Order: sequence, then C-alpha cells, then structure tokens
Amino acid sequence: PPPQPAGLSAELEEAAQLLSADPTASTLSMSVPPTTPAGGGDVKLDLSEDEQLLGGQKQGGGFWTFEYYQSFFNVDTMQVLERVRGAVMPVPGRSFLKHHVRTGPDLYGPFWICVTLVFSMAISGNVSTFLSQTGNPEYHYRPQFHRVTIAAAVIFMYAWLVPVALWAFLTWRRGAERQIGGYSFLETVCVYGYSLFIYIPTSVLWSIPVQWLQWVLVLVSMGVSGSVLVLTFWPVVRDDTKVMAAATLATILVLHTLLAVGCKLYFFQASEKGAPWPTSQPVQASATTPTV
Amino acid sequence: MSMAAEEEASRPFAGLSDVSISEDIPVEGDISVPVGPSRTEEEFSTLDEPVKETILRDLRAVGNKFIHVLYPRRSSALLRDWDLWGPLLLCVTLALLLQDGTADSDHEGGPQFAEVFVIVWFGSIIITLNSKLLGGTLSFFQSLCVLGYCILPLTVAMVVCRIVLFGASGTIGFVVRLVVVTASFGWSTFASTAFLSDSQPANRRALVVYPVFLFYFVIGWMVLTFSPSTERQP
Repeated sequence: PPPQPAGLSAELEEAAQLLSADPTASTLSMSVPPTTPAGGGDVKLDLSEDEQLLGGQKQGGGFWTFEYYQSFFNVDTMQVLERVRGAVMPVPGRSFLKHHVRTGPDLYGPFWICVTLVFSMAISGNVSTFLSQTGNPEYHYRPQFHRVTIAAAVIFMYAWLVPVALWAFLTWRRGAERQIGGYSFLETVCVYGYSLFIYIPTSVLWSIPVQWLQWVLVLVSMGVSGSVLVLTFWPVVRDDTKVMAAATLATILVLHTLLAVGCKLYFFQASEKGAPWPTSQPVQASATTPTV
Repeated sequence: MSMAAEEEASRPFAGLSDVSISEDIPVEGDISVPVGPSRTEEEFSTLDEPVKETILRDLRAVGNKFIHVLYPRRSSALLRDWDLWGPLLLCVTLALLLQDGTADSDHEGGPQFAEVFVIVWFGSIIITLNSKLLGGTLSFFQSLCVLGYCILPLTVAMVVCRIVLFGASGTIGFVVRLVVVTASFGWSTFASTAFLSDSQPANRRALVVYPVFLFYFVIGWMVLTFSPSTERQP
C-alpha cells in the first residue's frame, strides 16, 4: 500500500476519535482526489466554501441576482405535493425536513400556502357569519372585505417573523458549532410554511356554525401542525440543556396555539344562532341590543 | 508564390493605374438606393396624423385582444404585441363597479377601490414573478398582459350581476349570479392557462396554474359577494 502522508493519518485518527465519542453526530463526507501530491502535502478539499456551509446545495449568484431566488423555486409539482402530504400526516420519529425536504428547501410552498390561507380564512369567516345569521331578519349580508387585510397581516407576520426569531435563537444557542446539524433560515421558513397547510381545510370546515365541531377542529389541526413542528425541531433542540429544550418547544407550541385560537375566535365569531346582529354599532362583544 | 498571386489580382486594374479623371469627362449615372429605411421612418413618425387615428389604432389593438380572450385560440396576438391599456381599463371598470357608494363607516363593506387595484395589479405581478421563478419563458410584461386581459369575462359578469341586482335580489337572483360568476371564472382561468401553460415545463405546469386559479377565484368572489347597501334598495 502506498505510504500515506503523515498529516492525513493524524486527521483520520482524530475523526475516528470524534466519531466514537458521539456516534450520532452528522458527518460530512468529502471526496478526495485519487492522486495525492507526491510531496506529501495536505489533501486539498474540492468543495467551495458555499457548499461546505450549506451541505452541498449550490446557490447561484448573489442575493441581487434573479438566479439566486430561482434556486428557491426548484421544485416540481410532485415534490410540492409530497411535502404537503408529509406536513399533513406527521409520523413520530420522522423529521419533516430530513424525510420530505431532501432536495433543499423551497419558497413556493410556504408563500402560496400563506396566500391561500389568508383568503380561505377571510372567505370562510364571511360564509360562517352569513350561515349563522340566516334566520335573523335584521341581518343584511356584508362582504367584510377588511378581514382579508387583517388575515394577511397576521398570517404573513406569523409565517415569516416567528421562523426568523426561532432560527436566530437556535443559531445563538448552537454557538460556535456553525450550523452543522442546525437548520438554515430557509429550512425553518419552509417547515413553518408547510405546517400551516392543515389550517386551509380546517378553515373551510370552520364555516359550519357548530360550536363543538369548531373546537374539535381547532384541537385536531393544532395537534397535526404542532407535531410537525415539534418532530422537526426536536433533533436540533435535544442537544441543549433540558430546560432550554423544553422552553423552546413550549414557546413554539404556545405561539402556534395562539395563532389557531386567535384566528378561530376573530374570524368565526358569531357562531350562535339568533344572536342579535349589531347593525349600526362597531363589532365589539357588547351586550346591548341594536336600536332600529 | 503569394507574390505571384498578388500580381495576378492586381492585373485587371493595372491599366487604370495611370488614368486620371479630369473635369472634362462627364460622369452620369443613377445611384439608386432601396428606399426601405426612409419609408419605415415615415411609418414610425406618427406626429402628423390626426389624433383620432392615434387613439383609434390603440383602441383597435385593445379590441382585437378582447376578441382573442373571448374566443381563446392558439394565437400569439396577445403575446406578441402586448399592451397594458386593456388591463388598466378592465381593472378601473371592475373597481368602479365594485363600489358601494356609501360612506363605509362600519368598515364591513366590500373592497375599496384601492383594494381592488392592489389585488389585481400586485396579484398579477406576483403570479408573473412566480412563473418566471419556476422557469417560465414568457417575458414579464407578456404575462401581465395575458393575466390582465383575461379579467374581461369577470368584468362582464360584474355588469350582469349589477343588472340582476336591480331586478331580482332574492334567492333566484343569487343563483343566477352564482351561475354567471362561476362560468366567467372558469372562462378566465381557461383562457389564461391556454396562453400561459405552454411556456412552462410539463412537471411544473400545475404549480403555475394554481396561483392563476386562486387569483381569478378571489376576483370572482369579490364579484359574487357584491351587495349594494340597504339605503339604496327600493
């Protein structure tokens, strides 16, 4: 066997030691060029710095070029559908990112799921208000279009600001480990975006003005999307101290609960049949009857 | 050998080397240049034509594209000579027709003029960006042009709905409006995908068509849920 350069065997030994200490650590495997330099120098790695940091995913150009953003839309119809299916049916033990997002995160899914959710919330809320007031002779149908603006603000802020905060927090906690094993910002946004998908059929079903059904739906959808988030972030968080891990996951779940319950309460308000319809008064929860 | 070739080449003109042209020899002839460039210059210079003709030319182009939307065929008229007059006209008409007329103090009414404008234009821009990011081959303004022109069936439906609301405002009126809006929504989506889907690779076509579907669905929803305020009903 050809004599190995001294530096290479030392590195291999060190790698073996690290691996035996922590078998679950993720390793990057790099291809070594077959011909080592005759002078016995260090083995040069062929990966550029970008590929090293991003785990092999190439991003074309700087953030001011069009190709940079095109790399986030590099998905087919079948891939998007598969990711949606993974977000709707979480399997314990399988992280959404590791299992379903193999070719890299995309922005198509999160963005269009958010847009669809905005309109489905506003439209279903309008329909549920109409259905709950059909028996009321004082009720005159109003389109309530301002709800679209409010829904857009709430949902887009949740789907973009919470991942930013979470990613920043997790990166800070990981400290000097430089993203090996952590999630990039885009992957965080991707997980949050796809986890919101379950709320689209839920919001359509919320338009049925039956109280107990609405709350059952809240629990089901919170369970599904919450478990997608927890299963995805658990591998990242469990390396931390127990307290911080529990606090992080609890914060994720609390914010998610607030979103679900808040949307349900605001958009699907008048769910009691026969309640007086406030005609000329602002829509506050007041007990005064309207004067005709 | 190259020297000999050079001498061969210069031989036909060798006899002229000592000829000088004096003013006694009249030089006549006809230098005829094809009149192409100057003719097209005249075509582009439309400063001298009457204003009516200028306006009519643009209106005819817009009307031609309307016809292409109403009878969607595999033609490239919408794509080749795109213009944004038609979409602007349709958007303003739609936004005006969706106005309620009352001072909306309770904020519960339909979309304001600005909301309709923003939805139509920003929606079109976002859908165009989406299809370009997914690898589409249409240019930015061609996409905007197609999406804007295909609002025409929904604008027609809006006019029909307003007429229906004057007559029957009960359940029958609602059913009629629902049928009209659904038909025109289907027409709009079908017409725009006929133009847009060819420019996408086959495995991403659904990803491009879905936002278009959502766009026309939202506009159809705004048309369907238009309800004039109580003060104006007889």
